[in-house]
Amino acid sequence: MDNNKIKELKKKAKLIREGILDCIGVDKKGHLGGSMSSADLVAALYFYKMRVNPGNPHDPDRDRFIFSKGHSVLAQYAALAELGFFSKSELKHTKELGSILQGHPEIRTPGVEANTGSLGQGLSIGVGMALAAKLDCKDYRVYVIVGDGELCEGQIWEAVTCANFYKLDNLVAIIDKNRFQASGSTKERYDIGNIRAKFNAYGWETRDIDGHNMNEIVEALDWTEQVKGFPSAIIANTVKGKGISFAENNFSFHNNSLTKEQYEQARKDIASIVV
Amino acid sequence: MDNNLREAYGRELLEIAREDERVVALDADLCGSTMTKFLQDEIPERFFEMGIAEANMVSVAAGLALSGKIPFVNTFSVFAAGQPYNQIRQGIALPNLNVRIVGSSCGLSDAGDGATHQSIEDIAIMRAIPNMTIVEPVDAEETRKVVRTSLKYQGPMYIRISRSSLPLLTNSDTPFSIGKINLITEGSDVVIFASGSMVSKSLKAREILEQEGLGIRVINANTIKPLDKNQVIESSKNVKCIITVEEHSVIGGLGSAVSELLYDSKIPMKIIGIEDKFGQSAATHEELLEYYNLTPGAIADKIKNLLS
Repeated sequence: MDNNKIKELKKKAKLIREGILDCIGVDKKGHLGGSMSSADLVAALYFYKMRVNPGNPHDPDRDRFIFSKGHSVLAQYAALAELGFFSKSELKHTKELGSILQGHPEIRTPGVEANTGSLGQGLSIGVGMALAAKLDCKDYRVYVIVGDGELCEGQIWEAVTCANFYKLDNLVAIIDKNRFQASGSTKERYDIGNIRAKFNAYGWETRDIDGHNMNEIVEALDWTEQVKGFPSAIIANTVKGKGISFAENNFSFHNNSLTKEQYEQARKDIASIVV
Repeated sequence: MDNNLREAYGRELLEIAREDERVVALDADLCGSTMTKFLQDEIPERFFEMGIAEANMVSVAAGLALSGKIPFVNTFSVFAAGQPYNQIRQGIALPNLNVRIVGSSCGLSDAGDGATHQSIEDIAIMRAIPNMTIVEPVDAEETRKVVRTSLKYQGPMYIRISRSSLPLLTNSDTPFSIGKINLITEGSDVVIFASGSMVSKSLKAREILEQEGLGIRVINANTIKPLDKNQVIESSKNVKCIITVEEHSVIGGLGSAVSELLYDSKIPMKIIGIEDKFGQSAATHEELLEYYNLTPGAIADKIKNLLS
């Protein structure tokens, strides 16, 4: 992949981080940490890999993206606004009464494919979409971002089993492994062990990447298309709160409000990201 | 057997699947019991064995519905409504998807397997979820109509099907539409709103009470949600008492739905059902219905007590 394209994607990731801040604003609660950790993954999906059409959000041939860790949807809202699914001015109305941008993903939002947020369900919904693609002989692909904390949900492993049983090579799970859950570090709070080994044991093809290295993300997404007969999982090692100096690796910004000062600092931090 | 609801369901599901490519079935290792085996055998590519993993099955159905399919999700009603409650609520009802959740072996009808396999609160659970429609067919004929009608119905449905064969009370000419409940017999003293297996029991209770000079109106309350408000209000006018009968807990089911509508009625009311107790094993379904006082005689006695 040429450097200009990578640079372009990094710019999009920067725009997504700015959009996340638009959603969160000042003195309003928002899921900053997990949205920021997913931002580079979301940028690569929407601006490199996926076929989506803002003019026809229900195009039957579109690729599907599901944010199973639905609380991080702010990154998706920012991407969808950037693509023109709805106006960027909507972002600052996130979570307001009557807004098309709810606290967790709902299909009322143009471009959002499923209602998620009760953790553990999104990968199964993705399995359903991937089965439908096979049934209809369509070549669209289904991408699901799952949180590492979310992997505690038993339903995830039901879906992982099911995807392998039905040989869903059109399904990609991306684990946003930011190493923190709401109450602290996953290692300390509830360690589920070796994620990659678990997916391998269930028959998935897997790859470990730096989830903030755009080259590695793009390569891994391309690699999933070469995998035949098995679903694939990308374990993306990320940093919770990535890009915001005071929120990085700080679980208290899993879902928190920003003071005016913090908000301005966050803006400066993002502005200083070199692409 | 002509009067077996499960078999009627399975055969009609196959029939609509032949006609409509959007129809798919998912089952959690019970296809021989839920009778989705007919579809599985003839159209295997649209039958999905989901293993014994109900939560995943329901969310997969959401994904299929979001891709334009009409998924029928099958398992016993106790597992269909209980195990994947949150998956139904968040993934299906909230986005108002066309998923049909088919709760088989409802009520006490899986007699031998006992309390773990008997559903006494499934209607209560499903009724509390916005957007959910609840239908309980009265016989095999009506089961076929429910399956066929569901193809054109918008939004999620919970279909409750008895394991037992039930008397045929309707025929191909009997009107059926989701949301409209049907008068079966006229009578001016008492109105009984009954669902599923309890409709035939109520008709027999009517015979007992008629011998004592009482006129009993019996309504087949086949759609429990949305409740047919007009029919409930009209049928309850000028009677001496209002009765509901269901093979379900007295909490949260048909009786609750009717009483929520008629709560300020001055007419005496009685909810007949399972009295906030779990089921248990027995040799036959009938034996359990007798134990839980859901026989024609027990229904007639309760009505007489209310009137005296």
